[in-house]
Amino acid sequence: MLRTNLTHVLSNQEHAELLQENENVMICCGRMGPMCIPVYEVMEELEGEYTNVKFADMEFDSPDAKVIRNLPECRGFAGLPFVVYYKNGQVVKATSSIQSRDQITEILDQHFGNNHK
Amino acid sequence: MNNHYDIIVIGGGAAGLTAGIYLSRAKVSTLILNEGAVGGQMVLTHEIANYPGIENISGYELARNMKTQAQKFGCVIKSNIKITGLKLNGELKEITINNKDTFTSHAVIVATGGKPRAVGVPGEEIFKGKGISYCATCDGDFFTDKEIIVVGGGNSALEEAVSLTKYASKVTIVHQFDHFQALEHYVAEAKSNPKINFVMESKIIEFMGDESLRKVRIENRATNEISEMNVNGVFIFIGYVPNTAKFEGMIDLNEYKEIIVDKNLATNIPGVYAAGDSIVKRYRQVTTAVADGTIAALSASEYVNNLKKELVTV
Repeated sequence: MLRTNLTHVLSNQEHAELLQENENVMICCGRMGPMCIPVYEVMEELEGEYTNVKFADMEFDSPDAKVIRNLPECRGFAGLPFVVYYKNGQVVKATSSIQSRDQITEILDQHFGNNHK
Repeated sequence: MNNHYDIIVIGGGAAGLTAGIYLSRAKVSTLILNEGAVGGQMVLTHEIANYPGIENISGYELARNMKTQAQKFGCVIKSNIKITGLKLNGELKEITINNKDTFTSHAVIVATGGKPRAVGVPGEEIFKGKGISYCATCDGDFFTDKEIIVVGGGNSALEEAVSLTKYASKVTIVHQFDHFQALEHYVAEAKSNPKINFVMESKIIEFMGDESLRKVRIENRATNEISEMNVNGVFIFIGYVPNTAKFEGMIDLNEYKEIIVDKNLATNIPGVYAAGDSIVKRYRQVTTAVADGTIAALSASEYVNNLKKELVTV
């Protein structure tokens, strides 16, 4: 399990349930590595601001993470973490490698609205 | 909310966190403002094996320990903020951040560190995470049995090129000079590795591909000849640039945009000190950043104490 304070997605089923229960979802699929940790940290900080978004992580090396690794939107990705944004269960954006807070909030505002606190 | 502190530290890497630990422990009220993730360049290091007293630790763990230690002493840390306003002259310093909050202090320590230098040619931003990487330990396994390039000629480039041969079928080191800056044992190890070959006096001038990186254009600096090479991945290790742009015109910088300091790590502005990778120095290590953070903290603390005494006397 990743050592973050985010919601952990541990299986295919949990992934499906998360998308079912939440309109706006951001999942960071990575390891406890240098490019992933800063993204988790930004997500932890944004949790309090973007109450309309569910923030979660998933271990890149878990077998069930193929639900993210094998997404067509992640084809060609070769940098951790893979971050996927879902609206109503559909992928609206996916990014590869480290992203800054500004890059992340730009995506959140664009796809999920900027009605955060 | 009380927005006044004795000292504000800009930057939360090894230097900034060390300053936070020293100052807070001495009951000097301290705020660390950090534009990125706490830990700075330390977090980008998978394993630190030469930090005295700790045999082996990940950069993330060391950074987290330093952060917790600073907070336990009362240091306030705000990370992932953006500084939008700076007033460093005068006895009262003012720093405004993106949410419009303004913080004041008697002294400031600049410990903004550096960021990996980019090649700066077309395609680099497009293929970041899709073939271009700055972290071998993070992304090496995406290139198992594939051909890759490592750009650079310093210790990191040569060391990472060797480590990437665990995954890649072939590693080509592209370096702009005809000799390496790396220490001899790194060069010898790379040269003795059968999977590594070298393209010297050359630089990448374009990254090309479709949904991921497919090839690069390379210019030979001696002959101006341009060639193309098919590759799946490029790892870039060409050093760091100091994060000092926002201080230009205020704090004296050298030609490399590094902050000029005296032996007490004071800058040209009274009450403004600097520490870590953003200052003029030869060796950039976690240990030297920690030493800088200590010196800057003690110097700034002394400055603030003297200032307070003067104010009382007046």
